[in-house]
Amino acid sequence: MHWWFPSNASSVGGQVDSLFYVILYITGAVFVLVEAGLLVFLVRYRRRDGRRATYVEGSTRAEIIWTTIPAVILVSLALFSQPLWSRIKSADTYPPNADHLAVEAKQFEWRVTYPGPDGKLGTDDDFMQKDELHLVVNHDYVIDLTSRDVVHDFFIPAFRIKQDAVPGMLIKVWVRPTVVGTYELACAELCGLGHYRMRAQVVVQTDSDYAAWLRSQGQATSSAPAASPTAQEGTP
Amino acid sequence: MTAHAEAVAHAAHDDRSFIRKYVFSTDHKTIGIQFLFLSLFFLLVGGLLAMGIRWQLGFPGQAMPLGGWLPQSVAPGGVVAPKTYNSLVTMHGTFMIFFAVMPLLVGVFANYLIPLKIGAPDMAFPRLNMWSFWLMIPSGGLMLASLFVLGGSSAAGWTVYAPLSATPDYSGVHLGQQLWCLSIVIFGLSSLLGSVNYITTVVNLRAPGMTWFRLPLSVWALFITAVLAILAVPILAGAVIMLLFDQTIGTHFFQPDVGGQPLMWQHLFWFFGHPEVYILILPAMGIASDIIANGARKPIFGYSSMVYAMIAIAFLGFVVWGHHMFQSGMNPTLASTFMVSTIVIAVPSAIKVFNWLGTLWRGNIHFTTPMLNALAFVSMFIIGGLSGIFMASTPVDMYIHGTYFIVAHIHYVLFGGSLFAVFAGIYFWYPKMFGRQMSERWGKVHFALTFVFYNLTFFPMHILGIGGEMRRIYDPTVYDFLRPLQPINVFITINAFLLGLSQLVFAANFIGSLFKGEKAERNPWRDTGLEWTTASPPPHGNFAETPHVYHGPYEYSVPGMDDDFLPVTTPPTGRAA
Repeated sequence: MHWWFPSNASSVGGQVDSLFYVILYITGAVFVLVEAGLLVFLVRYRRRDGRRATYVEGSTRAEIIWTTIPAVILVSLALFSQPLWSRIKSADTYPPNADHLAVEAKQFEWRVTYPGPDGKLGTDDDFMQKDELHLVVNHDYVIDLTSRDVVHDFFIPAFRIKQDAVPGMLIKVWVRPTVVGTYELACAELCGLGHYRMRAQVVVQTDSDYAAWLRSQGQATSSAPAASPTAQEGTP
Repeated sequence: MTAHAEAVAHAAHDDRSFIRKYVFSTDHKTIGIQFLFLSLFFLLVGGLLAMGIRWQLGFPGQAMPLGGWLPQSVAPGGVVAPKTYNSLVTMHGTFMIFFAVMPLLVGVFANYLIPLKIGAPDMAFPRLNMWSFWLMIPSGGLMLASLFVLGGSSAAGWTVYAPLSATPDYSGVHLGQQLWCLSIVIFGLSSLLGSVNYITTVVNLRAPGMTWFRLPLSVWALFITAVLAILAVPILAGAVIMLLFDQTIGTHFFQPDVGGQPLMWQHLFWFFGHPEVYILILPAMGIASDIIANGARKPIFGYSSMVYAMIAIAFLGFVVWGHHMFQSGMNPTLASTFMVSTIVIAVPSAIKVFNWLGTLWRGNIHFTTPMLNALAFVSMFIIGGLSGIFMASTPVDMYIHGTYFIVAHIHYVLFGGSLFAVFAGIYFWYPKMFGRQMSERWGKVHFALTFVFYNLTFFPMHILGIGGEMRRIYDPTVYDFLRPLQPINVFITINAFLLGLSQLVFAANFIGSLFKGEKAERNPWRDTGLEWTTASPPPHGNFAETPHVYHGPYEYSVPGMDDDFLPVTTPPTGRAA
């Protein structure tokens, strides 16, 4: 039974997880302290006949303490989160030598455009593959994410990456897979009746496996386009 | 005050016709009770829709019990269809937020409590007040009707993101989404009329001696909520009218191919939507504060910092909406700004929690049913508040945004927070409203069942979210990485059904006590508030003579007094006696 994070397979996932654990430990400690305090008070100061509550209206010192401490912890958390965030999402900090791919979301499929053998998007040898995203391990990619119809969301849980695909916008998403394997790409924004089956495979391969796949694509594109594994209706 | 004199004259001989007294009444107490029945009905509707959602998630693709009664187009062979599922999710959120929790907190308690608690004979604008209730009938009626029209009800989520919601071609929903828009516009009008009324009443109709800093925290909370509503609801109404135009007359405000902006919908919606979150929690905080002081037999700890914290929440509530849009394609630098404001708004919430604990410290805590529910509010709000910090951190949000972690968070705030406070408030003021007590024993049974099954239902959703399960997914078993989580979904579904069934205890207690409940005295909870100095239920016009207020709202266990509470109307000389 695996009831926790899917194992991480990207360059940023580890840092996202660490930040999650930092917040988990801080909030966990606060949770235990405050709820325990609440329970202790409930037991200790439960109603007993002949005893009166103490008439206390407040304490300025206490107010200052419990305003300052949470404020300091929370603001440092924000400062701590900021660098990782801008590294993941600010397009001007992306690695300049990254490979480019284009992903277009549409109801209810992911259309991935590969640059083909020349490595450039927008040339004649580009080819499109539905619902399959092939990546070379330890390579930087910048994905041009668009949507043809409604708002979708590009979510690869194993990479900890999530980004809405918005019609009318081109959003650049940086990924760097670090572990060879097959993962899932999910749509994480309600996009219509087939939303739940808007799923694609992410295949992270070694350089040579990728090259072999690329060659096979050169042959396949001349014949019929690859069938989408999720093209059929779901259960009912 | 002449208004008082007139009201007193009215109270003496109440000769209103049946229709004027119980149907088209301008009496704030009747209107509050009308809101109570209406919003409890919608709570039931929202709850039943949630049962449908849970069945499908726990047992995807299996025929729902009684599902065979549904039309084939909705549930072929009793199995929820994918589009039906999206409608269930959308309408559950819509009914719960707009027609259950918001009217329960504001419609019921602002109407019923504000005049009684400030010593006024009625609202400043009783006729507007009547309209604010009666507009909820067409509004709620249209929303209910949208469940039965061709093409089904709105299926774009309660946030109805454009362009999915704006274009029938994308959603398959035609009339249903238009009815949704109309209903929400009428709802907005109702909410505005109510808010104008609450604000004016608190500003102008306070009894002599009821200064601003003698207002109970419940009245402060409802006042601040009304200010929030008056600033936020028009934005929603405007946005929804634009959406309606996009659907009906081809305006394309939110459609990019002809110059519209999908993100503009999200900005407008959340500019309303985030203050709305505080509209749904501030009154709960106020109600819980009143009840905790009463239950602990102690003045509220740090009264003025409680007031300032609520004012701070109201201000900051308008500059945090972007945290719903961290992953939306909004400029990431702008997201950083919203992260800071979001983090800062956690501080006043923390202040409030610590002050509630301070109130309990060295108290003499009476575990009545309202007090138990108010304490549950505090302990669950702590969890909901802390889980919000994960989403505030933009990189962590990147992973948990749109997963069950956020579903857990919203339910810890809205059910664990708001609804427990609503239960607390109903148990507490029921004797004043109806002149009879609800059963304490069955109240405690209801509380215990609700508290246990509530936590067993919603806590595991955090784990689903960490596992990556997306919200609003018709069938999670489509995904390989989600299949191992399915036993958790089954567990949640079973507990959700038990949570739903536990509410029958409340319904039986509520309805039964109307007829069989023990007669309530004026002040069954030995409370200091003004509403407890008049009869249960109070007559038309509320008070036999205009009350005079001499003390702050929470004078419990005052040293040197025999009683452990000092009603706000007791003249200062009474203290020596």
